[in-house]
Amino acid sequence: MILDLVWFVLVAVLVAGYAILDGFDLGVGFMHLLVPRSEEERRLCLASVAPVWDGNEVWLLSAGGALFAAFPPVYATVFSGFYLALMLVLLGLIVRAVSIEARNRGTSPAWRCFFDRCFAVGSMLVSLLLGVAVGNLMCGLPLDVHGEYAGTFWGLLNPFSLFIGATTLAMFAMQGACWLAMKTEGELGKRAVTAALFAWAAFVALYLDATLWTPSDAPWLFVRARQSFAPWIPAPPMILCLASLPILLRRGRLRLAFLCSSIAIACVVAILAIAACPIFVLCTNDLRRSLTAFNAASSPRTLLTMLIIVLCALPFVLGYTAFIYRVWRGKVRAEPEEY
Amino acid sequence: MSALTLARAQFALTVMVHYLYPVLTMGLGVVLVIVASLRLRRPDEIYDRMARFWTHIFGVVFAGGVATGVVMEFEFGTNWASYSRFVGDIFGAPLAAEALIAFFLESSFLGILVFGEKRVSRRMHWFATLMVALGATLSAFWIVAANSWQQTPAGFHIVHGRAELTSFAAAVFNPSTPLRFLHAVLGSWVTAAVFVGSISAYYLLRGKHQEFARRSLRLALVFGLVALAAEVVVGDAHTRQVARTQPEKFAAIEVLHRTQEGAPLAVVGQPLPEVLLPKLLSFMTYFDFNARVIGLDAFAPEDRPPVTATAMSFHAMLWLGLGLGVVLTLGVFLWWRGRLFVSRRYLRVLYCCLPIPFVVNEVGWVTAEIGRQPWSVYHLLRTEDAFSRSVPASHVAISLVMFVVIYIAVLGLTLHLVRKKVLQGPDGGAEKVLS
Repeated sequence: MILDLVWFVLVAVLVAGYAILDGFDLGVGFMHLLVPRSEEERRLCLASVAPVWDGNEVWLLSAGGALFAAFPPVYATVFSGFYLALMLVLLGLIVRAVSIEARNRGTSPAWRCFFDRCFAVGSMLVSLLLGVAVGNLMCGLPLDVHGEYAGTFWGLLNPFSLFIGATTLAMFAMQGACWLAMKTEGELGKRAVTAALFAWAAFVALYLDATLWTPSDAPWLFVRARQSFAPWIPAPPMILCLASLPILLRRGRLRLAFLCSSIAIACVVAILAIAACPIFVLCTNDLRRSLTAFNAASSPRTLLTMLIIVLCALPFVLGYTAFIYRVWRGKVRAEPEEY
Repeated sequence: MSALTLARAQFALTVMVHYLYPVLTMGLGVVLVIVASLRLRRPDEIYDRMARFWTHIFGVVFAGGVATGVVMEFEFGTNWASYSRFVGDIFGAPLAAEALIAFFLESSFLGILVFGEKRVSRRMHWFATLMVALGATLSAFWIVAANSWQQTPAGFHIVHGRAELTSFAAAVFNPSTPLRFLHAVLGSWVTAAVFVGSISAYYLLRGKHQEFARRSLRLALVFGLVALAAEVVVGDAHTRQVARTQPEKFAAIEVLHRTQEGAPLAVVGQPLPEVLLPKLLSFMTYFDFNARVIGLDAFAPEDRPPVTATAMSFHAMLWLGLGLGVVLTLGVFLWWRGRLFVSRRYLRVLYCCLPIPFVVNEVGWVTAEIGRQPWSVYHLLRTEDAFSRSVPASHVAISLVMFVVIYIAVLGLTLHLVRKKVLQGPDGGAEKVLS
């Protein structure tokens, strides 16, 4: 029982890690069409994420792997249920991985322009659709007797889920713009701050709207939030961070601003996870078929083995991730560094 | 076509295109470690150029591997949901371990390897190179361990219609893991060696970058020949292990229809006329000319793997692999005679070998995976029972078309970028073009 909950928390932590880390490079993906004005500036923006985006994406693979190992039925039902949507996510991930590598290896403006657009579209597609997937999990899914998704592809594109997708897009835009504001300087830095302020406003507005929508479209989350105090715990730090973000941006405390944006994202994920816990997939046509951390968990032996692996590996991962961000700390420089 | 056939085609396409990338980067990572070590011990401008050139190519290929590989982690859930439910308790763990232990390591240090030469000390850069190579090899270990569990499942029992773990160590180090891991890793070392040798031969033929090409070629020949010699031993041991653990796969490989004592070895088989060497198969498998070898007739027709595909891919791997051995040995011989860099005929042959190791690795995997059929998990779960029931054929068709288009594009782009760098050469103004 305890192990099941520990793994529920671990999956949530991996998702939060992904949202914070890949969140900023996905955000940079679509902000770099708006913020930089010249080739030189655009290059700086991309150079700020080039050495780290790959490691960030591993958080998604880890979350997927952890879900597979710890809750196989959830992994199976959600991934096969969201089939076409996930295929588009994969398309987006492939396109952006290829684009960021390829764009600087060509010299013609058309080549670069093409891959810049691909990078932006790929990043947007991934952010939007991951948000739509979360939106659908918030609404709950119809499942058949085998626990397979019983709805259609179009059923996934309901207004509430699309709205959550848009909110996620704004959240990553805020995170990406805060990153750019922290990593760049001069005119470019100023524009990044302005972009971050706009993205912040959009995210706050959308997030409030989504919260107001929750009672009607995801009533179970709302009921649980009313019954229990726990989902509200991450709310004060989130509100504090979101409220101080524009002030910090205006005052030029940019590292602190990025930190606030990251904490706010962690709190957003935490609120959702605590409200839903232990339910992964709420079955809308028969509540007893819902997939929870208890009825979908792997055997205690697997969970324990995996927990030991995680506890051994995670300190190393966090250690060298911190080391690598230290190596790349400070404003991004224009000097050619790659071979 | 049924959803099952389409899903199988999609998995085959995605995994086979993906494997072209890691098979090169795994080996090239070791080459980079060797060069970085040489450079650390004896700083020399030629080692700098070698490190930079091969790192550049490593970076391009690694990116392609990341782009094509992210699909695999999702595909078990999207296309093989029934499989995921059945084996998740066991199969998910190595996949998660791969991400946590291997992917983080290689992706994190890759940034330093490719972009960070001026940011960190020489020793730190060497360490980053080592970590990237180690990460790639660990990644191979976990994924081969997971696949080996499908071939020779161990350390589990069946509870409520799903496989549950009883021993993690037994599941990970199942009977085929150690040999298959070595087989795959050595295969990638040979691939990288031939790749480096072939590009060096191209420069020597063109009379360009002579010093760079000579050093690289010598390194490639030594590295490749050592790896290939070890590969022959491991491959032979692996084949004998298959005879014990998956006799129907072995019977398909050797096209042995009838169980018999003193089984003959088919040196040449379909589609050519058969040439049989009496009793040799028994001897090679069990070191006994009269040993009993199990043939396909010991299994019900619906439990036999497709014979032609299994046998042909195996023999293609065997003969092409041995052919590479001849080429590498000849290279070392010519080097000893002092004619390596002047024998244009040899250099031309070596240059043309470039695609062969990739083909060898691919057909080897075809043998392993087609030979496992009709099982998804050997003797436990049939492939037809493994796929996602909730995904209609039309959706799989859409994604298959999407993957065909995007994978061809990615492959074409990688080839273009590698070719461009090769034409530009190790002295090329790469530093000026790139940021």
